[in-house]
Amino acid sequence: MSVEAPASEEQRPPVEGDGDGQGPLVDVEHLKVFFPIKQGILLEREVARVHAVNDVTLAIDEGETLGLVGESGCGKTTMSRAIMRLIDATDGAIRFRGEEITKAGRRKMAPLRREMQMVFQDPFASLNPRKRVGQIIGMPLRLHGSKDDTIETRVGQLLEKVGLAPEHINRYPHEFSGGQRQRIGVARALALEPRLIVLDEPVSALDVSVQAQIINLLDDLQDDFKLTYLFVAHDLSVVRHVSDRIAVMYLGKLMELSPAEELYTKPIHPYSTALLGAIPIPDPEENRSRERLVVSGEPPNPINPPSGCVFHPRCPRSTEICTQVEPPLARYRGGHLAACHHPVSVSADEIRAAKKDPSSPLSAGEEMPSASDPDGGSAPSS
Amino acid sequence: MSDGHPAAPPAGHDPLLAVDDLRVTFATEEGSVQAVDGVSFDLKAGEVLAVVGESGSGKSVTAMTLLGLTRSPNARFEGTAVYKGAELIEASEDDLRKVRGAEIAMIFQDPMTSLNPVLKIRDQIAEQIQEHEGVPDQEATERCVELLERVGIPRARERVDNYPFEFSGGMRQRVMIALALSCNPSILIADEPTTALDVTIQAQILQRMRELREETGAAVILVTHDLGVVADIADRIAVMYSGRIVEEGTLDQIFYDPQHPYTWGLLGSITRVDRPRPERLPAIKGLPPSLANRPSGCHFRPRCPHEFARCSEVPPLEARIEGQADHRDRCWLSAEEKRERREVRPGEIGLADKPEEAPAA
Repeated sequence: MSVEAPASEEQRPPVEGDGDGQGPLVDVEHLKVFFPIKQGILLEREVARVHAVNDVTLAIDEGETLGLVGESGCGKTTMSRAIMRLIDATDGAIRFRGEEITKAGRRKMAPLRREMQMVFQDPFASLNPRKRVGQIIGMPLRLHGSKDDTIETRVGQLLEKVGLAPEHINRYPHEFSGGQRQRIGVARALALEPRLIVLDEPVSALDVSVQAQIINLLDDLQDDFKLTYLFVAHDLSVVRHVSDRIAVMYLGKLMELSPAEELYTKPIHPYSTALLGAIPIPDPEENRSRERLVVSGEPPNPINPPSGCVFHPRCPRSTEICTQVEPPLARYRGGHLAACHHPVSVSADEIRAAKKDPSSPLSAGEEMPSASDPDGGSAPSS
Repeated sequence: MSDGHPAAPPAGHDPLLAVDDLRVTFATEEGSVQAVDGVSFDLKAGEVLAVVGESGSGKSVTAMTLLGLTRSPNARFEGTAVYKGAELIEASEDDLRKVRGAEIAMIFQDPMTSLNPVLKIRDQIAEQIQEHEGVPDQEATERCVELLERVGIPRARERVDNYPFEFSGGMRQRVMIALALSCNPSILIADEPTTALDVTIQAQILQRMRELREETGAAVILVTHDLGVVADIADRIAVMYSGRIVEEGTLDQIFYDPQHPYTWGLLGSITRVDRPRPERLPAIKGLPPSLANRPSGCHFRPRCPHEFARCSEVPPLEARIEGQADHRDRCWLSAEEKRERREVRPGEIGLADKPEEAPAA
C-alpha cells in the first residue's frame, strides 16, 4: 500500500463493500510494458522496443469506474491487459487488493481470476460461434467447479439480469444482434461474481441507440453488484456517462487524471483539449460557431517516443522546455492530475498551489509549470 | 448551400442524380431479404447529402447499388437511378465502368482493406486515371503526386512509391480520397469515411473534405451513423430505418424540427460532450427488426411509443408541414401532434416515453 491513490478522496463517496479495510482494489505503480522487437533467425537480438505502457501509476477504488481514454496505440488496451495479468509487465508493480500480483504464477492467479473479468470490444469475435449461449455463460462457472444443475439456474438468472430471456439459453451467438451479443458477453463476465470488470471498448462496435442500452445496463449492474469498472475507450464521448474519474493516455504515458465531469469543463492538458475539440458536436448551429482546433500530425512511433513531453511535436503550446524535460504529474485542486508544462484552464494561483504528485513517472523532471506562464484558457499560444 | 459552387446549376433545375423507388432484394437461405425498400431521393450538384441510419438500415446497400457494386445472381433490383440522363440500375457493366471512378467515385470505410496491398500507391491511382483518360505514365504519375498533395500527404513525391502498409490509417484514408478524386468525379459516395479513424485524425480528414468540396464542387453522398459528423459537413439528411427513408430534410430541419419518432430517438440517444451529463442515457427501446421478418406498415411501429391504429398501413414519404416541401417524413401523425409529443428540451430532443431496457423479442 505504498502508492498513494492519485484521486480526490474528498470528492468521491466513501468506498462501499470494501472487504479488507482501506485502499484501492487495483493499484498500478510505475508500470512499464515494453514489447521487444527481435531480429535474426537463430540468435534473436532485441533491436528495439515498443514502449506500449511507459511508467504509469494509478489506482482504481472499489465501486468506482475509471475511464481510460486515448487514441489507438496509446497503450490503453495493453495497460488493461497487464492489470488482468494477460500480458507480463516489464517493470513496476500491480497490486490487487493490496496483494502484489505482478509476477504471480498460474496457481496464485487462479482464485483471483474469479474476481477480475473482462468484456471485449467485438461481440462477434469474442463469443465462440459453435457454443450455445448456456455453454458460453456457464463455462466460467464450470471451470471454477460449479455443479451442472446450479450452473443452469445461475445462467438463467444471469440472462435475465442482462435483459435477455431464459429461453435464449439454447441459442447460438449468430442468432443474436450485436447489442444482444454484448449482453451475453456481460453475462459471462458476471457469472463468477467478480469485483473488477475490465470493459475494453464495450460499445464501440454498436449502433448509437443500442450503445445507450448497454451503457445503462452496465450502470444498473454496477449498482446491483457493487462492481468496479475499468472502462477503456478511444474517445471521450461515451466514457463520460459511466466514469467517476477519467485517465487520458498518450503514447504510453498518463497525460491527465481527472474527476469525470471536470475533464469536460476544465481540461488541463492540451491533449485532452484536443481530444474534446476533435469530437464533432451533433448540433449544426454550434458547429458553425465553434472555433475549430484541429491538432495536426499523427501520434509518433512508440518505438522511439519523442524526448521530453511525448505530446510536444503535436502540441500547439509546446516550447523549448517541452522538448527536453518530461513534465511531472502536477496535482491541482480536487485531485486533478496533469502532466504539462503549459497547462490550460487553470489560473496562476492554481498553478502556484499545484504540487508534484508522487505518481509522476520516475524519468520526469522537477520543473513544475510556472505560474507566470500566461493562462491561455483554451486558446493555444503559438 | 449548394449555391456558390461553379458546378452548381441554378436552383430548380434537374437534379444531378435522381433515385426513384429503389428496391434491392437478396435471396438468402432464410428467404428473400429486402435490404432497400422503396428509396427515393434527389441529389443536387455540389451538395452534401448525409444518409444516416443504424446497421441494417440499408444505407450502404443503397449507396453501393448506385455503382452496381451489389450486383449478384442473388440480388434483384427495381426502381431507377438517373445520373445526367443515364439510368444506372439497369445499365450494362460496360456503361457502368465509364461512370465508376470517373463520374461517381466511392470512398470506403476501411482504408486498411480497400487498397490493394501489393501495389504501390502510384500504380493504384494511375490505373484509374489511365483507365478513364488514357494519359501517358509520366502524366499519370504527376497527377498522382498532385492529388496526394491536395489531400494533405507530406512528401507526396516520395510517398507515391510507397505501399499501403507504409501508411498510417489516417494517411491511408487520405490516399482513398485522392484515389476517389483522381478523375474529378461529380459525385463522391463516402461510406463511413472516418469511422475507422481516431478522433483527432477524423477531425483532420473532415476538415480536408470540407476544403476539397469547396475546391471541386463535387456532390457528396455521405453514408454514416455518426450524427456529429453529419452536423459538421452535411447540407441535407436522409434518415433511413429498416430499408426505408423515414425522414428527409435540410440539416436544420432534421436537427431542430425532426418529424419522425425514430429521428427523435436517434437524436436523443447521442452523447454530447458539450452539455452536462444526463442521469441516464436515453435509449430507443427494443431492436431494429430483422430484415427477413419485418412488421407490416410502419417498420418502426414495434419500438414506437406513439403507435396507433393507422400505423399498420405504410405511411408514404411526403411533405407534411405546410410551406416546407423539402421536409418529408413517413409518419402518420400530423405536424401538430408531432410537435406536441416529441420531447424538446433546449438543444435536446428525445422520444417522449420513458425508454426502458427492453429484452429482445
